[in-house]
Amino acid sequence: MTALAGEALEASLNEKPRPAPRTGRRRAGRWLLPAWSWLVILWLCSPIIVMIIFGFNNTKGKFNTNWQGFTLRWYHQLFAIPDLTSALKNSVSIAVIVTLIATAMGTLLGIALGRHRFRGSGSVNLLLFANIAAPEVVLGASLLSLFLTLGVPRGYWTIVIAHVMFSIAYVAVTVRARMAGLDPSLEEAARDLGAGPLTTFGKVTLPMIMPGVMAGALLAFALSIDDYIITSFNNGSTQTFPLWVYGAAQRTGGSVPPQVNVMGTLIFGFGVLLAVLGAVSNRKKV
Amino acid sequence: MSRSRLRARLVPYLLVLPGWLWLVIFFVVPTLVMLSVSTMTGDLGTGFKQTFHWSTYSDGWRLYHVQFVRSIVYGLIATAICLVIAYPVAYWIAFRGGRHKSSLLFLLLLPFFVSFVIRTQSWNFILSDNGMVISRLKDWHWVGQDFHILATPVAVIGGLIYNFLPFTVLPIYVALERVDPALLEASADLYASKTAAFRKVVLPLSMPGVFAAVLLTFVPVTADYVNAAILGGTKTTMIGNVIQTEYFTNLNYPLAAALSFILMGGLLIGVFAYAKSLGTDDVLDMAGA
Amino acid sequence: MSDDRPADQLPPDLLRGLTTPRLTRRRALQVGGLSALGLALTACSIPGAAGSKLGLSAARKEIEKFWLNQHKTGQFRFGNWPLYIDVNPKNQNDHPTLDQFTKQTGIKVTYAEPIQDVGSFFGKVQPQLAAGQDIGYDLVVITNGLYLDKMIGLDYLTPLDQTRMPNFYANASDLVKDPSFDRGNVYTMAWQSGITGIGYDPKLVGREITSWQDLMDPAFRGKIGMFADTEDLPSSALCAIGVNPETSTPGDWRKAAAWLRKQRPLVRKYYEQDYVAPLSKGDIWASMAWSGDIFQANASGANLKFVVPKEGAPIWTDNMCIPGHAQHPLDAMTYMDWVYQPSVAAALAEGINYITPVPTSAANIIKDANALTGQDKASLKEFASDPLIFPSVADYTKLHRYRVLDAQEQKVWNSLFEPIYQS
Repeated sequence: MTALAGEALEASLNEKPRPAPRTGRRRAGRWLLPAWSWLVILWLCSPIIVMIIFGFNNTKGKFNTNWQGFTLRWYHQLFAIPDLTSALKNSVSIAVIVTLIATAMGTLLGIALGRHRFRGSGSVNLLLFANIAAPEVVLGASLLSLFLTLGVPRGYWTIVIAHVMFSIAYVAVTVRARMAGLDPSLEEAARDLGAGPLTTFGKVTLPMIMPGVMAGALLAFALSIDDYIITSFNNGSTQTFPLWVYGAAQRTGGSVPPQVNVMGTLIFGFGVLLAVLGAVSNRKKV
Repeated sequence: MSRSRLRARLVPYLLVLPGWLWLVIFFVVPTLVMLSVSTMTGDLGTGFKQTFHWSTYSDGWRLYHVQFVRSIVYGLIATAICLVIAYPVAYWIAFRGGRHKSSLLFLLLLPFFVSFVIRTQSWNFILSDNGMVISRLKDWHWVGQDFHILATPVAVIGGLIYNFLPFTVLPIYVALERVDPALLEASADLYASKTAAFRKVVLPLSMPGVFAAVLLTFVPVTADYVNAAILGGTKTTMIGNVIQTEYFTNLNYPLAAALSFILMGGLLIGVFAYAKSLGTDDVLDMAGA
Repeated sequence: MSDDRPADQLPPDLLRGLTTPRLTRRRALQVGGLSALGLALTACSIPGAAGSKLGLSAARKEIEKFWLNQHKTGQFRFGNWPLYIDVNPKNQNDHPTLDQFTKQTGIKVTYAEPIQDVGSFFGKVQPQLAAGQDIGYDLVVITNGLYLDKMIGLDYLTPLDQTRMPNFYANASDLVKDPSFDRGNVYTMAWQSGITGIGYDPKLVGREITSWQDLMDPAFRGKIGMFADTEDLPSSALCAIGVNPETSTPGDWRKAAAWLRKQRPLVRKYYEQDYVAPLSKGDIWASMAWSGDIFQANASGANLKFVVPKEGAPIWTDNMCIPGHAQHPLDAMTYMDWVYQPSVAAALAEGINYITPVPTSAANIIKDANALTGQDKASLKEFASDPLIFPSVADYTKLHRYRVLDAQEQKVWNSLFEPIYQS
């Protein structure tokens, strides 16, 4: 997910739905694009389907690779593996904390870069770009080098630090884009009406960029909760959900306990619910 | 008056300060520290000392240039295929999506709600030699009995494409979405065929998006190691795997740091060269598109 | 039935190997680090560890003094590998032996499974150990080999209280008493041992596997799995060329590396620990494997066989040890000796399926078997005489420990073997 995910999503959500261009002629190739796209969507979903199915596998041993019958018991025993449950809890709590911190700092950055011209804005932009463009391996490894040199023990808070580090730039870029597209006349009008800078910010600017801020926050959350590479370098002995799943699969050569499938299914189901709600509200809009 | 002017001038710096500080401390400084570690010598038992031992870099290249080249090749192939897959889908949603645009986009991104480790392990399962897909193919004699996908470059590149497709789709989508449909109507009014309209109007306007897509796909793909670890075999090791092993199994921090720098340096040079070739000097402008 | 106990009559050369006083003095001299861990903190360098050296008897006195000052605290934290303890079949978080321990001694155990492989665990805890900090566990299980040697050499472990090991000295097998990697059991007590042999699917392979050279069979091209490590992989290769890893020379290592390089085109993947699922799925037909893994795979419905190749195989031991600056060492010590009672060892063996360090526990397993009926009774009785859990004297002649390497040798060894699985 990129900064543009946020931009894309909130652009789609906020603009009036555009009518399709009228070109008049019918072409046989018209079905090609939708067919291709639906094929891609199907391809993207296929491992998800497998995951959902194997959440119902009645495995007797430690390996969840052969179908051994249908059962719902994993849905009851969802929290039966304490390490997995605490890993999930860690992931969620880290993501929440990271979202709050990164969104706050990133929003401020985005506002400054999108609205103001100041000396050094170029280098700040370069810093953000370098951060987004740098590969995760390098980001994780260099932060690890810092912690090793300073003798900082790695654990929960080093994960938070690492996640905030790579999330700020995404939030900032999203908010910057939104900010740059804003009409400054509204803020000028507010000032003409006597509003101080803080009031202007709180009552005019912030609401206008809120979709961008929300998109950035969503992005930070998604990046943090699914991060593997940077976390694997800086986690010490603290486990997060992706780390635990990867470790479990490593140990068994590709098999994860059914609880993982169930959790994935529930998360996916939640996402489907959001999509359906979104579609329904879209229909209502027009 | 001048006091509020001064305050107004300070405002952007104050806004930028927290985020900038965080990035400097936890991104810039660590990169410099890593540079310093890469020239140290020693081992965990005796401690590492700074000796300006630059030959670690040439050692790293000598030992692992195969993995570097392989990673770049995989990166190029995966990015190219991602573009081919992503562009039509982005076009379809942007131009034919109508009021369902955001739902379709959401649907496309939905699988990525599930942790990518789970998704990649699912592929490991689906593509196994006697799993559902390949055993059917073998039964129908479409492939030989010794055929396998896992542990080949095909599996690794396939995994890379799968996991990084959203990074390609989204920038292209955003760029296409901005194209004013009036432009297409205008070109139709001027008797341009649909292909010409695409080639001469839509495609050029989407180039910033394509550039961003290539950038945001190629860099993480080249540096990835998880796909190679889960889906790969003996001849598919990528440089990310080597760096990870050097850090965690061999505990050879200087070599690992040197390899990371070579990787990052190579990627940055590649990115700027690509930007130049597109005729733009301001990479940031492009990437911000 | 239980005549084949590896207890008393060990072959003379094995006995010799076990009792050669190679490293006693050096080890004991380094024990003095208990009182002072030097920190080498140079600007811009990663801290290493400095041990201090005391005389032999002074060292012993230091250890005694340390343990005299320890008191039971009623709890300790146990960090283990996954799937390496008995599990209540009805509740995966419950471990009956731990419950039993708490009931009998009143000491509460906080159990976790943070160790996936020794190297990365060592890398993770090394900074804290070097800085003299508690790593969050009072008892960890470390395999013998490079990293255990490092931990001992760098003073990262708390020496054990020899007066609190009665069960150990009474019941431990000769394999784990006074082992070559920890003479006198100064720092470690074995948890379980395992054999690295060959696991294979008899249906796909079509014949019996008896030798390491079978993993060079061109008929299995692309279907062979090997390990990606610098202990099992090289040691197996040394066995394959007919050399005892423990006494191998650099010339032998080069020959073994050449053997591995010749094998490379036939290998599908160099696995870390994740070879079992591909093996049971049929992605690979034969692989280097750990004895207990094959056991557990078969319990989950696979149909695999495990064989100790005729040239010999590496045997490794996972060892309980107390990290430096642990907060609850005495409670950990209590547990460590407690598990050496045959009844407890039997329960653990039934749950873990690796080589138990208490050979007499076979009798307890038979007793458990007699309490059951039918198929369960038969399979448990079989278990009690399974050479993979209770190797016989004859079996031990084929099993070899890893080579102990010093820093210089490590460089040569690593440079020969790392490229094999890393490229």
